Amino acid sequence: MSDAFEIADVGTVHEDHPRGWRRYVYSTNHKDIATMYLWFAVVAGIAGGGLSMLIRAELMEPGLQIFKNPHLFNVLVTGHGLIMVFFMVMPALIGGFGNWLVPLMIGAPDVAFPRLNALSFWLLPFSFALLILSLFVDGDAGGRGAGSGWTSIAPLTTTGSPGPATDFVIFALHIAAASVILGAINFITTILNMRSPGMTLHKMPLFVWSILVTAFLLLLAMPVLAGAITMLLADRHFGTSFFNPAGGGDPLLYQQLFWFFAQPALTAVMLPAFGIIGHVVAAFAKKPVFGHLGVAYAMVTIGFISFMSWADHLYTAGLTAGTRTWFMFAALAMVVPVVVVISSFIATLWGGSITFKPPMLFAVAFIVLFTIGGLSGIVLANPGLAPVLHGTAYVMAHLHYVFGTSAVFAIFAGWYFWFPKFFGYLANETLAKIHFWITFFGVNIAFFPLHFLGLSGMGRRIADYSDAYAGWNFVSSIGAFVTGGGVVVFLIMLVEAFAKKRKAGDNPWGAGATTLEWTLSSPPPFRTFNELPKIT
Amino acid sequence: MALGLPFFAGAALAQAQNWQTGLPPAATPVMERIAQFHNELLLIVTAVFLLVAVLLMTVIVRFNHRRNPEPSTTQHNAALEAAWIIIPVAILVLIALPSYGLLTYEAESPQPDVTIQATGHQGHWTYAYSHEDGLQFDSSALSEAAAKERGEPRLLGADNPLVVPVNKTVEVMTTGADVIYSWAVPAFGVKLDALPGRLNHTWFKATKTGTYYGPCAELCGAGQAFLPIEVKVVSARDYVLWLAAAKEKYAGDGPQRVAANF
Ligand SMILES: [Cu+2]
Repeated sequence: MSDAFEIADVGTVHEDHPRGWRRYVYSTNHKDIATMYLWFAVVAGIAGGGLSMLIRAELMEPGLQIFKNPHLFNVLVTGHGLIMVFFMVMPALIGGFGNWLVPLMIGAPDVAFPRLNALSFWLLPFSFALLILSLFVDGDAGGRGAGSGWTSIAPLTTTGSPGPATDFVIFALHIAAASVILGAINFITTILNMRSPGMTLHKMPLFVWSILVTAFLLLLAMPVLAGAITMLLADRHFGTSFFNPAGGGDPLLYQQLFWFFAQPALTAVMLPAFGIIGHVVAAFAKKPVFGHLGVAYAMVTIGFISFMSWADHLYTAGLTAGTRTWFMFAALAMVVPVVVVISSFIATLWGGSITFKPPMLFAVAFIVLFTIGGLSGIVLANPGLAPVLHGTAYVMAHLHYVFGTSAVFAIFAGWYFWFPKFFGYLANETLAKIHFWITFFGVNIAFFPLHFLGLSGMGRRIADYSDAYAGWNFVSSIGAFVTGGGVVVFLIMLVEAFAKKRKAGDNPWGAGATTLEWTLSSPPPFRTFNELPKIT
Repeated sequence: MALGLPFFAGAALAQAQNWQTGLPPAATPVMERIAQFHNELLLIVTAVFLLVAVLLMTVIVRFNHRRNPEPSTTQHNAALEAAWIIIPVAILVLIALPSYGLLTYEAESPQPDVTIQATGHQGHWTYAYSHEDGLQFDSSALSEAAAKERGEPRLLGADNPLVVPVNKTVEVMTTGADVIYSWAVPAFGVKLDALPGRLNHTWFKATKTGTYYGPCAELCGAGQAFLPIEVKVVSARDYVLWLAAAKEKYAGDGPQRVAANF
């Protein structure tokens, strides 16, 4: 395949871009915008991770140590959740890797709407700023900041939190939703219209497939979030009663709307993670992805089911048994395509000639962690078990294995895999491996005990807990701090790589890395594929 | 003192233990079934995890580039690809059938002997007994000192616990006064959201006397960690005695907090 596009013009004549800060602030170039998304995610990740350090420090022992005011604890829990979902994982996987890789992998010069792309990115810092500002204005009677959870659950956010902090959060989410919707439109148009000649949908790399499905999910789901939080706003200020039973509304409606959005949106986070892992395992096993099309269609199926399974988060809300039965079947059905994806990855490894470079370590660990998170998901899918599991630390364990570790490990796998391509430098392998091992042990020590705590009845979003939960909470906090140490090693790795400037060749990974971006220089020229490559 | 201590002497405290890794001991038939189903499920998911672990270990040992310098080129295997659809479907059916049975069992409440309405408020639950002359009282968290004095766990003990008879079907209707709460007693296998403007109902039939605890399981504000649920399950005789005393004690008090001392 490779010689078919070697002629692709990547001459130096097109390097006429602004220099310095103007290059980024004025940019409509998908690579520069993607890079900004990535650094934005790093900054937000440090902020959100810092909050989790405070949360775990408070929970290390029973009693109130750091937060004498439990409202402040809820504020940090809320901030941690929102930052990690909307400002770390999503920008990294979709805005960052998606923007960098989609045009390169399909052989397009840029995304379809470069200015829209710039707008998508620049909405995010403003959204993030509103969220940060919410910490400093009044929330409920207990103090500053919004402490109603990342779900902004009504009526806690309507009648329960009179201060403007909740309004700041609502506007932050509005802007973030607009950013995501614009990004989704851009990706869909780009992928459907701008593939190089010969790049049929079925030949399209897995990561591009994952972004395509993700973009559709976000395009359909985000407006529902925007609508739901607009209804919150109207209930708060304009006298409506969408969620207020005193005026004929129903608080359950908010949960239905929110999870109708959140189930596909969270799925949309996992799909690009699958895409990245597919590329990494194939590259380091020196084998193409096993059952490539099966994986692509499994992702489409996952997307479909995610729109039909939202109420598996509402098993204790008082839904009828019939309704819960339907959502049990829908939630369990989700398992089948997920098994197809994970099995294909293992089959890709099987028979391979594997080198365990840092991206591959993260990818193999992803399979382990995602298996644990997926299996606890199967347990949680059963409405009959909701009385002992719903709203407990078991749910925290599940969601942190899926999003807090699996998605993050996919981000790191992708980061180490494409770092030489994006930035042109080689990372220090030893530092990367130290980062990996510290993080792997850290997250497991932090999150596995949460299963035990949940089964023995410890709730979520509590600043203080019964003394009987002291043991495992202490262990979990230690694990969180170890993970925090891993982040420090990651930052040292970055500084070292940019200081040492070890030049990466076009393709540092060898014959296993087969997608189009590896045929370009590292970093790729400012403009690529001005002449479209022919895919044979 | 007059109200309680002798009734409950010797009854086991069903609360979590430090380093506990599993579900609490069951105190109702529903919880027995939940525990049994969860144990079966735990076996299945553990087996699946071990399978994945063994496969990955094999891959790491056998298919690293030193042992296996030439990668295979296999990209498809129709039988294998069919197998990893059919086998999971079969396992999921094995899970779904008993799961459906459990759900149905939980959902079909028998004729209740006692009906209680639990209303969530900021800082306390209000319990109203439906057929007991308007018996109603508030149940709030004990202060740390009071909990210690009464030998109850911190954050879980309530000043006026709910009292119910053993081996009787108790129907619980939940609602929230202002925001959403969730009424939960893990040892009973009961957890039900209490939403403003809605009346949800669930049931339990405790088969062992004792004191049981639960947390509020839905984020209801800054007091989320301080809204305990305590249920005392007593013999039929003790229940009758308690009812008589409680009606006197809470008579005319209406829904206001009373520091009962039992
Ligand atoms: Cu609560």
